[in-house]
Amino acid sequence: MSEIALVNNPNVGLDKTQKGGPYVNELSTLNLGPTHPATHGIFQNILTMDGETIVDAEQTVGYIHRAFEKIAERRPFYQITTLTDRMNYCSAPINNMGWHMTVEKLLGIEVPKRAQYMRVIMMELARLTDHIVCNSILAVDTGALTGFLYVYQWREFIYEIYEEMCGARLTTNMGRFGGMERDFTPVAIEKIQKLLKELPAALKEFEGMVMRNRIFMDRTQNVGGISAERALNYGFTGPNLRAAGVDYDVRAMNPYSSYEDFEFDVPVGTKGDTYDRFLVREEEMWQSLRIIQQAMDNLPEGSYHADAPHYYLPKKQDVYHNMEALIYHFKIVMGEIDAPVGEVYHSVEGGNGELGFHLVSDGGRTPYRLKFRRPGFIYYQAFPEMIKGTTLSDAIVTMSSMNVIAGELDT
Amino acid sequence: MNDQIIEALQAQFGEEGVYGLGESHGILQVTTAVENIVPMIHFLYAHPVFKFQFLTDLAGIHFPDAKGQELGVIYHLHSLENNVRLWIKAYAPIEEPNFPTITGLFATANWMEREAFDFYGIIFEGHPNLTRILNMDEMDYHPMRKEYPLEDATRHDKIDELFGR
Repeated sequence: MSEIALVNNPNVGLDKTQKGGPYVNELSTLNLGPTHPATHGIFQNILTMDGETIVDAEQTVGYIHRAFEKIAERRPFYQITTLTDRMNYCSAPINNMGWHMTVEKLLGIEVPKRAQYMRVIMMELARLTDHIVCNSILAVDTGALTGFLYVYQWREFIYEIYEEMCGARLTTNMGRFGGMERDFTPVAIEKIQKLLKELPAALKEFEGMVMRNRIFMDRTQNVGGISAERALNYGFTGPNLRAAGVDYDVRAMNPYSSYEDFEFDVPVGTKGDTYDRFLVREEEMWQSLRIIQQAMDNLPEGSYHADAPHYYLPKKQDVYHNMEALIYHFKIVMGEIDAPVGEVYHSVEGGNGELGFHLVSDGGRTPYRLKFRRPGFIYYQAFPEMIKGTTLSDAIVTMSSMNVIAGELDT
Repeated sequence: MNDQIIEALQAQFGEEGVYGLGESHGILQVTTAVENIVPMIHFLYAHPVFKFQFLTDLAGIHFPDAKGQELGVIYHLHSLENNVRLWIKAYAPIEEPNFPTITGLFATANWMEREAFDFYGIIFEGHPNLTRILNMDEMDYHPMRKEYPLEDATRHDKIDELFGR
C-alpha cells in the first residue's frame, strides 16, 4: 500500500496473526457474495473484519455444481466433450482438446502433425481470450474501465475465429477424437493473420495505460502475495504459480500436441503478488502470439484428422452418401463403441493452470471414473491465507487476479 | 527412475507393503495398505532424490464388487524436480472407509479430501474441517458411489441396454 494509507491506518503494527487479538475494533462479519458483481462468479466469502482489516475468511463454494463427474460415468466419451467446455468457459477449446488428447492416449490414436498444429493455434487463441479477460477485468476492478474496452474487442474477434472453426463461441465443443472437425477455412486463416498483425498494437496500448500506471501499481503491488513454498504446498499451477517464481509450465515440461516444436519463454515473477500475476499473464499473451505465429508459418500439409473411423465422427456429407460413414456415425453418436481397459492421466496447460483428466476405463462404453483436476478448485483454497491482514478492496483485487472460474471450480 | 522408486519403496516398506505395481504412459502406480499412506508420502516427500513435493490430485473411487476394499483413494504425486509422476492407491472397506489425512504435509489436500468425503463418504481422520464442499450440507448420501444411478430407475421409456449404457 502507499505511504498515505499506512499513516492513516491505525491498525498497522499490531500482530493480527495472534488468535483472539489484540484487535483494535470489535470484530464484525461481512458477507462477500455469493452474487457480488466484483467476485466475477458465484463464490461466497464470510469475512471477519477488524475495522477495515480482514482477520479471517470462510469460503463457500459449489453454488453451480452440476455433477459433471457423475454425468460423465453415464455418457459415451464423445458426449463428454460438451461437459468439459462448460468447466473453464473462458478458455473452452483448451478443455475440449485436453479431453480429446486424454481419450486418444487411452485409445492409442496418433494425430497427424497438421491437426496438432491446428490444436496448438486454437489452444493459444483460447489462452489469449482467458488472459485478456482476466487482466482487463483486473484493471476494471481497480477502476480502469477504458483499457478493458480496448482489448475486449479482440476477445470478440477470437470468438469469431472459433465460430469459423466450430460454429460456436463460448461453449465450443471444438475438435474431435483424432483431430479437428474441419480444416482452416480461408476466412479463419485471414482472421488469424489479422489478429497476429493487429492485436500487438492493442495489447501495447493496454499495457501503456495500465502497466506503469501509478494507481494500478499502488493497488496491486504487494497485495495478495504468496511465497513459492506456500504456492507449491497449496498446489498452485499456471500463471499464479509462475508469478511466485516457479517455472512449472506443462507445455514446457510435458509437451503435448507438438509444443516441443515451438520456441517460447516461460515468464516468472518474484513476489507472487497481484502485480506479478498481471505481468506474467501479459507476457504469456506475447508468448502465445509468438507460438501462433510459428505454427501458422510452419503449418504442415496433410490431413486435419487421424484415420480412426471407429472414433472420429465422419463428415456430414459422407454420412448421407457413404454406407460405412453412416454406420460409424450411428455407432459413435449412440456410444456403441467399447474403449480398451486402462487408466490414463493427461494434463494440459489450461488458462489458469494444469488441467488434468484422470480417466479409468473398465472396457465399457463410458468411463468408469473420470476425475477432472481443475486448477481453480485447487488454488482457490489459498484465498483466505492470501487476504489475511489486508483490506476489503485488496481482497477484491486479489480474487480477480487469481482467475478463479466458477464453472471450473464447481464442475 | 520408476525402477529406483520401486526399489526404494520396497526397501522401506517391504515387498508385501508395495503391490499392484503398474505403469501407464510412464506414470508408475503402486498400491499400499491404508496405514502405510502417510509414512510413504512422507518418505517420498523427504527423499533426497525423488522429492515428490507436489500433490497434483487426490481422487476417490468406488469398486462395489471388490469385497473388503470397495472404496479407494488415488494420490497423484508429482516430483517437479525430476518431472516424474506417481500414483499411490489404497483401498478400505465401505463399512469403515477410514483414511489418514495428509493435510499436515500438503495444504492443498484440504479441499481435495473434502471433495472425496463429499462424493464417496471417505473419512479422513485428523482432517481439520471434514464437511461437504460442493454438495449441500443437508444431503444424506454420497452421490458418486456406484449404487446411485444417474437417472431415475423407475423410468420405462429409456432402456439403457439398447443404448449401450
